[in-house]
Amino acid sequence: MAQFTVNGVAHTLDIEDDMPLLWALRNELGLTGTKFGCGIAACGACTVQINGVATRSCVTPVSAVNGADITTIEGLADKAGAEPYTAVQQAWIQHQVPQCGYCQSGMIMAVSAMLESTPNPSDEQIDRTISNVCRCGTYPRIRKAIHSLHKTA
Amino acid sequence: MPVSRRRFILGATVIGGGLLIGYAATRPSKHRLVNEQLASKQQGYLTTWLRIDPDNHVTVIVPHSEMGQGILTSLPMMAADEMDADWNLVRVEQAPATDLFANGVLLKGFAESLGFGVPRFLDRLAEAGSMKVAEIMNLQITGGSSSVRFTGEQGMRVAGAAAREMLIQAAAAQWGVPVAECDARLSHVTHLPSNRSLSYGQLATAAAAFEPSRNPRLKQPAEFTLMGKPIPRVDIPAKVNGTAPYGIDARPAGMLYAAVRTAPVFGASLVSVDPAPALSRRGVVKVVELPDAVAVVADNYWRAQQALNQLQPVFAETPNNQVSTESIFAQFDQALDNAERNEDVMEGDMADALATAASVLEANYRVPYLAHAAMEPMNCTVHFHDGKCDVWTGTQDNLGIRGIVAKVGGLQETDVTVHPVYLGGGFGRRLPQTTNTIDQATLIAREFDVPVQTLWSREEDTRQDYYRPAVTSRFRAAFNADKQLIGWENTYIGKNEPAEAAHTPYNIPNKAISWVDSPTHIPFGSWRSVAHSQHTFFLESFADELAHHAGKNPYQFRLDLLANKPRHARVLKTAAERANWEQNLPAGHALGIALQESFGSIAAQIAEVSIAADGSVQVHKVTCAVDCGRVINPDTAAAQVESGIIYGLTAALYGQISIREGQVVEGNFNDYQMLHLAQSPQIDVVLLESAEASLGGLGEPATPPVAAAVANAIYILTGQRIRELPLKNYRFTTTPSERTA
Repeated sequence: MAQFTVNGVAHTLDIEDDMPLLWALRNELGLTGTKFGCGIAACGACTVQINGVATRSCVTPVSAVNGADITTIEGLADKAGAEPYTAVQQAWIQHQVPQCGYCQSGMIMAVSAMLESTPNPSDEQIDRTISNVCRCGTYPRIRKAIHSLHKTA
Repeated sequence: MPVSRRRFILGATVIGGGLLIGYAATRPSKHRLVNEQLASKQQGYLTTWLRIDPDNHVTVIVPHSEMGQGILTSLPMMAADEMDADWNLVRVEQAPATDLFANGVLLKGFAESLGFGVPRFLDRLAEAGSMKVAEIMNLQITGGSSSVRFTGEQGMRVAGAAAREMLIQAAAAQWGVPVAECDARLSHVTHLPSNRSLSYGQLATAAAAFEPSRNPRLKQPAEFTLMGKPIPRVDIPAKVNGTAPYGIDARPAGMLYAAVRTAPVFGASLVSVDPAPALSRRGVVKVVELPDAVAVVADNYWRAQQALNQLQPVFAETPNNQVSTESIFAQFDQALDNAERNEDVMEGDMADALATAASVLEANYRVPYLAHAAMEPMNCTVHFHDGKCDVWTGTQDNLGIRGIVAKVGGLQETDVTVHPVYLGGGFGRRLPQTTNTIDQATLIAREFDVPVQTLWSREEDTRQDYYRPAVTSRFRAAFNADKQLIGWENTYIGKNEPAEAAHTPYNIPNKAISWVDSPTHIPFGSWRSVAHSQHTFFLESFADELAHHAGKNPYQFRLDLLANKPRHARVLKTAAERANWEQNLPAGHALGIALQESFGSIAAQIAEVSIAADGSVQVHKVTCAVDCGRVINPDTAAAQVESGIIYGLTAALYGQISIREGQVVEGNFNDYQMLHLAQSPQIDVVLLESAEASLGGLGEPATPPVAAAVANAIYILTGQRIRELPLKNYRFTTTPSERTA
């Protein structure tokens, strides 16, 4: 029995302990905003936040998230009290970041978590932290959008 | 280029109190179906681009797939601009996959009237009666950088301009005033002397009574209100909050999931499989045997995949079970040595040039197979019910997919509904002739009366692709005693798509370009820019060798050979000036340059490169100048160029699909490496326009030059000429002079 909260809603699921969180979200809960890309934590398309920490859900068994508070792309704005879009999502729109858009859920979840702990990341910090893959090559715009969110102290 | 629009005849009809405008045969048409469908509220708009509703909204229906290139925005901009619609009142719909005309000949006729050949990837559609597509605007295929060039220029703009004329005619008639006294702006027609005004919505029904002009006046660029402006893309908001639906997100009620393992050696068939180890597992519903694969169907994809991993399918031996990368390249070399050459370009007398040359430079190049690796793994959801079928899949051609599902599923095409969804990456992978997933998904779903989503693992996606082919290319160049280039000989493996991919732009008096057939069992696929990405690496690396051999600056060497190509020369110059070609670079950095024309656009790139302490290549900046004729949306245009560069750079640095024992070795992003943010260079894009030129493509032309630009910079840094990719296989050391520089 897996028990966790997703976007503020508590769930109890009768599923295998070793089912990756990704497939619990996509197939059991119908939350399709979190994407399947590789299944080996190499691309980050499946990134969600578990207790605020960016985590690749395709290799995270549900047994590891018992009792956890999980945020997916669908709940990001609501959690931040920023309907309809968070500052990161707005920056993504302003800089016209997504192309095919498939990787951007994971990208936005990873960047949002990074900015929580590092509000003004340097290029080196961005490079170290954001290892998500985008095949459309939106990287230059991602970098620009992140820097546009710099807070002046 | 003067464009005949005679073949392009607009039709209009009233729908729900609004006006519908689109391509049609002359009314009354000899195509009965055309008249019926045009008059049909349900299906009439299928080859139509514009609908004006009584509430004054204009809906533009886009017959192409949005895969990130911004087509859902660019094409409506073109229509709305010509009709002077208020962009705030414009809605966008993706066309459903339904055909209208049953005449493939028109396609060719239309394309020929434009002075373009039918791109080869369309041939199958043009010939196939079952496709029932008439001409290029109605094709829903997205590829060859064609959407804006064909659908936009010949469809959207003309339909918009005709609609504007009809709306003005309707208003003038209503007011009883001359047409010349009326003007249309922001979705309203105004009678200028009296300042009376009616909205397009109010005029829509009346406008339908007027025959659309066969040759409406199109705007001059100075009159554009939307084209040329960085209008934000309509699909982006849904792509930042997880609501944009991709094929993999289809969730029809009661859906099951299928995981598949296909014969790893291409062309092998399934001999046998014991389903028991899968059937005993939780959630598994069925094991389906396919001619060349086995599928496990379960109530959750992970359960299906886990169960599939328990199976040990036996696949038949094939004659290709011992084929390897090495054996393929050996086969290519043998073919180049011995097989008959097919002449491509023969100019001057190359044999004489070689015989009289003061010096001859020879070089052999090659590149490996590449997979597409779109972020969304291949998938297709199919639901057979009541003798009909619903399909959800990200595809570059909804109509083509409908034909495949109908054929494989044993249905009439009209009984198959393909629901448009976004593509999680296309890059040529999701063209219908190379979408093996569709056949599989159809065969699997046929066993059920509930929907089944067939989803490939990343490993299947990598190992069952249709690949950019490996190519070997041999060059010889002849110089006279003054070190002037007098001859260019190139022989390579495989015929090209597009045909001109191996044509160097440079003015050389003697040229002999030919190709040699050497088929393999590795499936061929269109990979972003198709043959241009291999050949531009070869052509522009070898051109760089020639420049150094001639003792010339590689930029000046190229420029000197472009005297009769002013567009090319301007693009090259612009890139060089923008990148500050003669600049003093930081120690250990060097610039490389490359140029090529593809899909109607000319791109020049300059890469700033250094060698890292570990001997790997670092690309700091890529400057790209592109002349695409005219820019519709400068922001999406720049985005496509950035994207094309990173796609090409990923391949140059890391891209390698290896063959061992007849099958693909690499499987996932751990061994089929991708470029990340950390390796992503700064990119500077300069968009150039040429008033006299046709509109060029932008989805592909930025991909080809980057490999050569980077490799040419490496030569400056290390003295090592790169004649084989990818660059990850090298450990470079910089030359002593560079180290101390």
